[in-house]
Amino acid sequence: MGNHSDGSPDTSGTVARAGQGEVDKFQDPGLPPHRLRLADTDPKAAKRAERQVAALFGISVVGTVVFIISYFAIDLGGDTSNATVRLQNTLLGLGTAFAMLGIGIGIVHWARALMPDHEVSELRHEIRTEEDRVAAMAIVDEIVEETGIKRRPLIRNTLLGAVALAPLPALAIFGDLGPRPDNALAHTMWAPEDGKLKRLSRDPDGTPIKASDVTIGSAFHVIPEGLNELEEGKLNEKAKAVVLLMRLDPASLNPSPGREDWAYNGIVAYSKICTHVGCPVALYEQQTHHLLCPCHQSTFDLTRECKVIFGPASRPLPQLPIAVDDEGYLVATSDFKEPVGPSYWERDMHERSNNNS
Amino acid sequence: MSAATTTAEPAFVAKTKGGQITNFVDERVGGSGILREFGRKVFPDHWSFMFGEVALYSFVILLMSGTFLTFFYDPSMAETHYTGSYIPLQNVEMSVAYSSSLNISFDIRGGLFMRQVHHWAALLFVASVAVHMLRVFFTGAFRKPREMNWVVGSTLLILAMAAGFTGYSLPDDLLSGNGLRIIDGVIKSIPVVGTFISFFLFGGEFPGTAVIGRLYVLHILLVPALILLMIVAHLFMVVVHKHTQYPGPGRNDGNVVGYPLGPVYAAKAGGFFFIVFGVIALIAGLFTINPIWNYGPYDPSPVSAGTQPDWYIGFVDGALRLMPGVIGDFHFEFVIFGFVLSLNVLLPALIPAGILFSVMFTYPWIEQWITKDKREHHVLDRPRNAPTRTAIGMAGFVWYCVMWAAAASDLIATHFHVSLNDVLYWLRALFFIGPIIAFIVTKRIALALQRKDREIALHGRETGRIVRLPHGEFIEVHAPVDEYKRYKLVGFESPEPLPAQPNENGVVDGSEKRRALLSKWFFEDRVAPATPSELEAAHGHHGDHEAIDSSADNKSISR
Amino acid sequence: MKALSQKRRHPLAAVALLLLGLLVTGGLYAVATNVNQAQASTTNNFTASDTAEGEKLFAANCATCHGMGASGTDAGPSLVGVGAAAVDFQVGTGRMPMQMNGPQAYKKPAQFNDEQTNQLSAYVASLGAGPALPEESLLDGGGDAAKGGELFRVNCAMCHNAAAAGGALTRGKFAPALDGVSSKHIYEAMVTGPQNMPVFNDANISPDDKRDIITFLKQIETTSSPGGAELGALGPVAEGLFIWVAGLGVIIGFTIWLTSRTS
Repeated sequence: MGNHSDGSPDTSGTVARAGQGEVDKFQDPGLPPHRLRLADTDPKAAKRAERQVAALFGISVVGTVVFIISYFAIDLGGDTSNATVRLQNTLLGLGTAFAMLGIGIGIVHWARALMPDHEVSELRHEIRTEEDRVAAMAIVDEIVEETGIKRRPLIRNTLLGAVALAPLPALAIFGDLGPRPDNALAHTMWAPEDGKLKRLSRDPDGTPIKASDVTIGSAFHVIPEGLNELEEGKLNEKAKAVVLLMRLDPASLNPSPGREDWAYNGIVAYSKICTHVGCPVALYEQQTHHLLCPCHQSTFDLTRECKVIFGPASRPLPQLPIAVDDEGYLVATSDFKEPVGPSYWERDMHERSNNNS
Repeated sequence: MSAATTTAEPAFVAKTKGGQITNFVDERVGGSGILREFGRKVFPDHWSFMFGEVALYSFVILLMSGTFLTFFYDPSMAETHYTGSYIPLQNVEMSVAYSSSLNISFDIRGGLFMRQVHHWAALLFVASVAVHMLRVFFTGAFRKPREMNWVVGSTLLILAMAAGFTGYSLPDDLLSGNGLRIIDGVIKSIPVVGTFISFFLFGGEFPGTAVIGRLYVLHILLVPALILLMIVAHLFMVVVHKHTQYPGPGRNDGNVVGYPLGPVYAAKAGGFFFIVFGVIALIAGLFTINPIWNYGPYDPSPVSAGTQPDWYIGFVDGALRLMPGVIGDFHFEFVIFGFVLSLNVLLPALIPAGILFSVMFTYPWIEQWITKDKREHHVLDRPRNAPTRTAIGMAGFVWYCVMWAAAASDLIATHFHVSLNDVLYWLRALFFIGPIIAFIVTKRIALALQRKDREIALHGRETGRIVRLPHGEFIEVHAPVDEYKRYKLVGFESPEPLPAQPNENGVVDGSEKRRALLSKWFFEDRVAPATPSELEAAHGHHGDHEAIDSSADNKSISR
Repeated sequence: MKALSQKRRHPLAAVALLLLGLLVTGGLYAVATNVNQAQASTTNNFTASDTAEGEKLFAANCATCHGMGASGTDAGPSLVGVGAAAVDFQVGTGRMPMQMNGPQAYKKPAQFNDEQTNQLSAYVASLGAGPALPEESLLDGGGDAAKGGELFRVNCAMCHNAAAAGGALTRGKFAPALDGVSSKHIYEAMVTGPQNMPVFNDANISPDDKRDIITFLKQIETTSSPGGAELGALGPVAEGLFIWVAGLGVIIGFTIWLTSRTS
């Protein structure tokens, strides 16, 4: 069978039989002789196995009892401590484990030690018989013939057309799963409202931040003023608007043309949403001035306008232009000049329209 | 079950209790035929055949514990303030979904246990499906007539991952919320429709208020229903094909050797369900899983170090981490005709998983095309006896493991005190060379094991006893193996490369030439099984090993 | 770091290192002076003898790197104006004196006893105003754990992990686990921003908020996990590893037993 030296695969459709009936092959010696177990010959051993199985079932009963006692004796609710929850969890786990393992190991031990362990050989049957196949094909042909679908192409073609179109309503009714994106992703809450610039405020309190509060080396997690007061869509807005505020030595910032007034006295604000797939990039290393995303390790260099220096992100983090108002509080002078967060198909279009408006 | 079944006649009176019950059922639904077919059906016994059962039983446990959880879980993203008994979250603003998950954990007796059973069982479910598939692959059990079942099994793997992923997000904690955000980012990178799919999935902008409820329906209705359907199809085909068996004395492609279903196999398989349940319960009782109370409610601003998905999604996350976004000045994000193409996200998210799954689904046919072996196989290959297939499998496995390890790059860095960046540089290199090394090494190991088998079949096993012959030579005494053990070592096929065949027009076309090249690659390195005449020769030269090796050389190893 | 030590043998390396040292020193000086302006530090009540003893200790143990008068050298930054809190943290956790040069100073058993640490703090505090040692009332763990948890997740969890199990930073640096760190050292780390940790001054996180954070950390440190052993609180990676190694390991053990023959 395995002899392919003449190059002809003459074996299609047959069942492989390794080495059977070949000249220079070892012949199958057949099943090895059956070896008796201790419990087959020694009644004492059989009795011992029987007692072991019974003991295992007994352990299972103990496990069930442990479970029930720990369920009813330990009450939760009110001000239960972690330790109580843990105790109950452990006991429920041990109870179930003993209840189940007792039954399981018991049954398997019973099967291994006491039930007959003669290996038997059963013949495999062909999955299909030739007779069935011929009959089935004839039936299929007959059915096709009786429908007359081959003779009446008009019926066939219109049916195909109808069936092809029929799923469209099913697709259509999913059209309301969500609103059209339009340019929702292009803007954040930082855009000034009625000419009033939004103050930078602390996450999660929402208290405004003074420029003098931000000392060199510190990092503030920032949300826009008024976010916490939003009636709805708070998380949606927060998901776009969160900002990390840091202060460096102004000399170490290298703003590109047009961005010189986006920082205040070495204080810079960058979007916290990674341009890779949107995790919060919140790890600020105050000596190296690197920002690291904990999800996929994109690293951004704060001294080079958050250029990507490592990892899977491709675009720098968007910078929020900031200034100080009359009372010394930090404010955003405008929205981000580009959409924040991960890239999407229409992103560049949105960026251009943001810059034109 | 214990009594023999009989045909159902109204006048029939069964003699035993078991017979009466059988008769009762049979007279109403006609179960005798089924019982007659299955009652003594033979199942081969081997530890590696049990992983499918582990998966099945984990799934049953998932259904049971999951049902309990649905009684208390509320998939709403409405805002609420926590009032339960976990102090560090008192009065914190959170979603109802998270709050109800906390209540299950702290205020419902046995709730935490059920949650942990459910989550550990989920991890075990996917793990056992994966190990089961590795077993099927490495033993060649996917070959004809089981290709369809391999496809069903592969579908089950994907469904299992889908079930796990939709469940992972339900507690709406910080960890899973950031996981969803990553998914959102990946979806948004899809050209043309990405933004729309994102808005449809989340019912608007991320995170919205709809996604948890939608994932919940998928998790408890659609995905489990599909899994059940596939399991039924899978098991049906197992019954039709009967189980495969390892090669050995008395086993061939025409029979199946093992224990009858009733009572031994049924008892072992049934008992094994309780064992799997017991092991999961033990783990759930003693080890915390997904401590949602540590992570806090989902909020788009915070994130925790060590944000990772559950293990089965890890390889995709790892691929995302491995991909550099910028090489030198080359950015992987392009703007084409004013539209953005984010290859730094798209490539790692789709390509490795796409390659893995498409090779997985089509492998039975790929191998069939190369080897032109269209026979039915019911006897398995020992992995060493199919060196190239084993090497392909290990190459794929190593490739997967590199991506998998990349998902833990930060933990590798902190726990082995190495630089995070260096870990990723190394893994990027291994992503390309790891599979190649694995292929070569595995193939060599498989061939070496085959040679060892040959040695043992011909010369017996080493006893470690050194004897000094009268003329001063030292030899190690080898004990011959009995014919049953020997047959296990020699009873395999070792096909040779199949040269290109002319087609019906007598022409050798290009695709056939390519096939022949692949066939050469597949079968070129081979160790032929020992033959009786070689054994004869070996006995003739007893103690003189060198001579036998050289005489067998040209036959046993080409190249 | 290996690369750095190799380059150090280059003749120009000394010049480069000198320049780097000057830059670092200058930079840190700028930091220190800025901190001074913003920080309305209270001064602790150190006695004159503390300061005098501290000066001796400093000259013997620290001046090699930090220079006489703590004005900084190539090997170590100036400590003028870093405040008592920074010294207490660095020396009290054993990070200083540094074991070796590396991406980051490791925590190790403290080399000085409490009294000596106090004397060193007194000496450095006398050189220029900086964050003082925290008051006892802020460290008692009697704050609002839930509020502290919220602040911890926003300000700290991205580096230190939501369960304070620690995490990786770039190029071999890391944020340590906070288990077993004393309340005082946690507080001092927040106000001084050791190594690459940002500074969380009182204007950012008020002393009461810091007290809440410490309360939260102490709460999760002292209460055991309700679910059982925590597997390092490292999240899904540890859980996956566990199910593959221990879970499947036990199951495979059972399958081998189940399919083997009895004797």
